[in-house]
Amino acid sequence: MNEEIITSGRMNYKIDPQLHIWGWEIPLYLFLGGLAAGILFFAAFYYLKNRDQEMPSAIKTAPLITPLLLIIGLLALFIDLNHKLYFWRLYTTIKLESPMSWGAWTLMVITPVSIIWSATYVRELYPSWDWKFKWLYDLEGFFIKNRKVLAWIMIFFSVILGIYTGILLSAFNARPLWNTSILGPLFLASGLSAGAAYIMMTSVNQLERKLFSQIDLVLIGIELFLIIHMFMGFLASTEVQIEAARLFLGGPYTLPFWTIAVFTGMIVPGILEFLEIRGRRIPAYIPGLLIIIGNISLRFIIVYAGQASRYLY
Amino acid sequence: MKTNRRDFIKISSMGVSSTALIAPMFNWKSGSIETAENPGGSYSRTPTYCEICFWKCAGWAYTNEKGEIWKLEGNQDDPHCKGRLCPRGTGGVGMYYDSDRLKTPLIRKTIAGKQTYVEATWEEALDTVAENLQKVKEKHGAECTALFTHGSGGKFFGDLLNAFGSSNITAPSFAQCRGPRETAFLATFGEIIASPERTDIRDTRCLVLIGSHLGENMHNGQVQEMSEAIDKGATIITVDPRFSTAASKSKYWLPIKPATDLALLLAWAHVIINESWFDREYVERYTYGFEQLKDHVQQYSPEWAYGITTIKPDIIRETAREMAKASPAVIIHPGRHVTWYGDDTQRLRAVAILNALLGSWGRRGGFYYPDRVNLPSYPHPEFPEPKRTWRDAHPGKYNLALEVVSNDICDSTIPAPDRACNFKAWIVNGTNLIYTLPDKKKTLEAIQNLEFMVVIDTMPMEITGYADVVLPECTYLERYDSCRTDQHREASVALRMPAAEPKYNSKPAWWMVKQLAAKMGLEEYFKWNDIEELLSWQLQQAGTSLEEMKRIGVKKFPRAFDDMYFRQGEDVPFNTNTGKIELYSTELAAEGFDPMPVYTAHEEPAPGFYRLNYGRSPAHTFSRTANNPNLTDLMDENVLWVNPKVAREWQLKNGQPVWLENQDGVISEFPIKVRITERIRWDSVYMVHGFGHASKQLSRAYGKGTSDSDLITRVHVDPVMGGTGMRGNFVTFRIEEPEGKEVVA
Amino acid sequence: MRYAMAIDTRKCVGCADCVVACQTENNVPIGYCRDWIVENTTGTYPQLQLEIRSERCNHCANSPCVRCCPTGASHYEDGGIVLVEAGDCIGCGACIASCPYDARYPHPDGYVDKCTFCIHRVRDGQKPACVAVCPTHCLYFGDLDDPESEVSVILKKRKYKTLIPEAGTDPQLYFLT
Ligand SMILES: Nc1nc2c(c(=O)[nH]1)N[C@H]1C(S)=C(S)[C@@H](COP(=O)(O)OP(=O)(O)OC[C@H]3O[C@@H](n4cnc5c(=O)[nH]c(N)nc54)[C@H](O)[C@@H]3O)O[C@H]1N2
Ligand SMILES: Nc1nc2c(c(=O)[nH]1)N[C@H]1C(S)=C(S)[C@@H](COP(=O)(O)OP(=O)(O)OC[C@H]3O[C@@H](n4cnc5c(=O)[nH]c(N)nc54)[C@H](O)[C@@H]3O)O[C@H]1N2
Ligand code: SF4
Ligand code: SF4
Ligand code: SF4
Ligand code: SF4
Ligand code: SF4
Ligand SMILES: [Mo]
Repeated sequence: MNEEIITSGRMNYKIDPQLHIWGWEIPLYLFLGGLAAGILFFAAFYYLKNRDQEMPSAIKTAPLITPLLLIIGLLALFIDLNHKLYFWRLYTTIKLESPMSWGAWTLMVITPVSIIWSATYVRELYPSWDWKFKWLYDLEGFFIKNRKVLAWIMIFFSVILGIYTGILLSAFNARPLWNTSILGPLFLASGLSAGAAYIMMTSVNQLERKLFSQIDLVLIGIELFLIIHMFMGFLASTEVQIEAARLFLGGPYTLPFWTIAVFTGMIVPGILEFLEIRGRRIPAYIPGLLIIIGNISLRFIIVYAGQASRYLY
Repeated sequence: MKTNRRDFIKISSMGVSSTALIAPMFNWKSGSIETAENPGGSYSRTPTYCEICFWKCAGWAYTNEKGEIWKLEGNQDDPHCKGRLCPRGTGGVGMYYDSDRLKTPLIRKTIAGKQTYVEATWEEALDTVAENLQKVKEKHGAECTALFTHGSGGKFFGDLLNAFGSSNITAPSFAQCRGPRETAFLATFGEIIASPERTDIRDTRCLVLIGSHLGENMHNGQVQEMSEAIDKGATIITVDPRFSTAASKSKYWLPIKPATDLALLLAWAHVIINESWFDREYVERYTYGFEQLKDHVQQYSPEWAYGITTIKPDIIRETAREMAKASPAVIIHPGRHVTWYGDDTQRLRAVAILNALLGSWGRRGGFYYPDRVNLPSYPHPEFPEPKRTWRDAHPGKYNLALEVVSNDICDSTIPAPDRACNFKAWIVNGTNLIYTLPDKKKTLEAIQNLEFMVVIDTMPMEITGYADVVLPECTYLERYDSCRTDQHREASVALRMPAAEPKYNSKPAWWMVKQLAAKMGLEEYFKWNDIEELLSWQLQQAGTSLEEMKRIGVKKFPRAFDDMYFRQGEDVPFNTNTGKIELYSTELAAEGFDPMPVYTAHEEPAPGFYRLNYGRSPAHTFSRTANNPNLTDLMDENVLWVNPKVAREWQLKNGQPVWLENQDGVISEFPIKVRITERIRWDSVYMVHGFGHASKQLSRAYGKGTSDSDLITRVHVDPVMGGTGMRGNFVTFRIEEPEGKEVVA
Repeated sequence: MRYAMAIDTRKCVGCADCVVACQTENNVPIGYCRDWIVENTTGTYPQLQLEIRSERCNHCANSPCVRCCPTGASHYEDGGIVLVEAGDCIGCGACIASCPYDARYPHPDGYVDKCTFCIHRVRDGQKPACVAVCPTHCLYFGDLDDPESEVSVILKKRKYKTLIPEAGTDPQLYFLT
């Protein structure tokens, strides 16, 4: 028998079975960041490929929501902070080693870019819109002229944002479940897939819908591949990581992870999209919503489960 | 059913306005770098000595600019603590900040047929006490009053009782604690061990702990010295059925079957004598009765003991050899709480005999001769000679008790036709008798038969709920007391002075006694005006002054002679009948007891029952710390240690709450959580004493864990000195919450 | 200068005095702590071993908490002491998540707090509060760069281990075995 007893003031996380540092705010922030990154990536990507006629939704409509997503995300991050009055301290230094720092800076850049991007399309989508001031019209003209530059900035930072949502966690060596290089690509893929799903749902263009359905199918395939890869990695690793993997293989997170995140959020929509491609008519919002649900739950589960995994000593 | 004359009252039930909540316990400064740089700000310090246990470490109370107590630290010059308090002492601040404290005097009144406490002024409360004591004196005689006390204020209340005409002053530290050891050592060496123990652990080469769980028992000096001994490579042998912390530090852990220690001790004596491993010169020069002892122990071979103790004969021999190798720098530790099985004096006699055989008494690394300062009493008239004492209640009993037997006062309070006088009034100062004495039912019966009881306490502990008058004492951090003059290698005096003003409407014991004396016409016995005058005078006599003591806290007095240990070949007179160390006790023989310890078997648990074992946790002292915010932060309830085999049999899970039922059908008032651990035998369960409080006013302690005392209903009284053997109780598990259980209260 | 602490598990009795002393010295609010005790029992009755460790921040020489802090609130002081500058801390919790020893806690005032090696005492020439109070004298503190310091001396004499060396944090708490 091996018995471990810990004596202390009770708020030491070692005496709790799990860390309770991050609640709903961080997974929500990660989800919204990932979703926004996905949408902005596709917008910029297809813009640069000069597809703005075939892809009205991806380039014009869908990005309209991203400023909102990013601002809610930032708000969630802010709510998570315990020392809120010192929030501004985030922007007095750039710490490249700290994902939290460059995440904050990335948002600082991409949020205004997303606003500007959306703004340049507002009058196109809502012709009655009036900017009221002349200088705003001037500014709009300026940005429309430089959309290309904007798109490059957007593509660059949306990839960073997408990866960041995964890296934020995987930088934490201390939590064996997060401590895998696969989390970055996995969260990037899942962010893109959420973005694609959103575009698919909002698109009124048959071709565009079809394209994003295919993209989603590929991304789901990549995600499943990464997940399998991640578990193989854990199980081939140290006792600590095997223990972490057990959270999903018989442990308390098994059911939500496999049924909600993987089955409902990836496999079912994957099949639906496959059927759609084969010609069945399936309302786009069904796989789209499932993917988004899967996405949210993946982040929640990984954030929570990671806090339950720890080094054994 | 007749209603109780003295219902248990929840202190704040009626008439007590809720005194302003002391909202944040401490005024922590909020975040700025000063927190790390200088958490205390500017501060001053005042000397004190600790009241959380009876080691009485001297230390400093640090207060900040606002006069709030910040922290407590040991006094570097203090021989008791060498600058380091134990966790309880360090956490003593919690005693002061505890907002559940008693806040104002209370008087029991019957209002609309319901007994309740009414807040009173000190004047009213003390008048009530004085009147009632006088009434008892007039009706029954002053001898029918008794004082139970455990703590510093006892000195003043003791003087008051003596002046009043009664010498029945008792403390649980005798008959519930170290009594058997003192009687046994007095019978053997003509001297007692006293406190702090005169064990020379610092320089020992072999320390044998028999159920002394140093490390959990945090008696400071001993823990420090044990650690020093470990550093110096001393051998530690621990005899304990439980894998105690000390056991884990030991070269030999002897996991003895409970209640069989005497067999092991006698077998050790057998081996040491038969192998001629004893200190021949010492034994010849100093002891009496060696030949009788030699004959006597022949029956107790290691092979015989194996069958009883489950300790293998070769281990018994090997450990005896270790002790002999270290002799005379060996300590067979006498323990402290030794009232276990009712034959405790005899078991401690065996311990004393082993020490004598190995020549450790009066030798470096064994037992030293302590020194102490005698502070004279402030001049007062002779105390009146009491007409009767507690012994007259049942003549001939417990003649070898060195102090008043607390449980015997309890017995003699319950009326019996053959007794001339029963106790009619109790003064209870700083002892929570409800959980301190075993057999709660009897304690309560005694209390019901009192005409008057006054309780002086700092906390709304259970005992206060039965009082007629409750007097709130301020904590030790807010008051002066008599100086500490306890024994040590070097004599010393330690001062306690207030570090802060008394909170609420609480007062120090000396002040209460001074007022009471005036009200009772006894002022001539207390001629000092206030305690500073008293202490000044006393300290002057000892060659120091109150001023100096305020500055240094502790003053040491170097020994006049180099007499800590016997000198080589020195003839030493011992204060026994024969003038020798008595291996064969003429005194016990004269009283009709076995002159040499004889092994007798003790009852074992019935199937499905487990021996109820209990002990200390380093973070708590009995019940007095159970509500201390700093210490409950470390441990806020006791748990029940259960061996995995037993847990499997009962399908118990870690952390599962269970109720306990003892051999007499008494069920614990509260459930206790199971801790499944290999550290306990399969025939016993273990819990820390001091938990399971029933007083709701203890907001942190109420209902946390279980009280061992409630389950100790069978008491094996030591016929020699009246000690209450408490380890012969057995419990079984109740998985479901019991209905219609027998509640003793 | 390289401050470090050695903890003698053979002497530590797990009394938690170090915890109480730290709480009072550093005004750590009740309910929180900067140090704590781990008691590890292995074996089967009566073949048992017990290891008792007094643990706190390891003041890692390669500390993830400093690396992941977005504001620089967590930083190294002279002698390698890892400190949190409360006024720079936003309370994001990243450092808490990054510490493999769970040595940090969120202070109710919002910032994150942990063991400071009692830098205020050390700079004043005193020992840390936990070291100064320990009744078994089982804690040793000092400068590893000074061969005469009590940690240097004891580490030369005794065998020791660090906790989770595989986490690569280069911890500066040495547990004497
Ligand atoms: N079941 C069981 N019973 C035991 C023991 C056991 O292990 N198990 N141990 C026995 C032993 S060894 C001993 S020594 C005794 C100890 O017995 P006690 O000394 O009676 O133990 P405590 O429960 O600490 O009670 C102390 C009381 O003093 C009060 N008090 C604390 N400080 C002050 C103060 O400054 N002034 C005043 N006036 N009151 C104060 C506390 O609030 C509390 O009510 O218990 C014995 N009884
Ligand atoms: N932290 C802390 N320290 C204290 C106190 C406190 O309240 N808290 N109280 C102080 C006081 S007043 C006293 S009297 C002392 C008491 O402390 P000690 O005299 O050291 O201990 P006991 O309470 O007699 O014994 C407890 C140990 O005896 C073991 N034991 C039980 N049954 C048997 C048996 O049959 N044989 C043997 N060999 N061992 C057995 C238990 O497993 C346990 O380890 O502690 C003092 N120190
Ligand atoms: S041993 Fe601890 S509780 Fe007892 S007097 Fe000393 S510091 Fe106080
Ligand atoms: S104070 Fe010392 S003996 Fe007690 S737990 Fe802390 S390190 Fe161990
Ligand atoms: S122990 Fe944790 S908090 Fe301390 S320096 Fe290392 S990583 Fe940072
Ligand atoms: S909580 Fe404070 S110290 Fe920790 S990483 Fe965030 S800003 Fe840095
Ligand atoms: S070094 Fe100071 S801050 Fe760190 S645990 Fe010890 S007492 Fe607490
Ligand atoms: Mo005791």
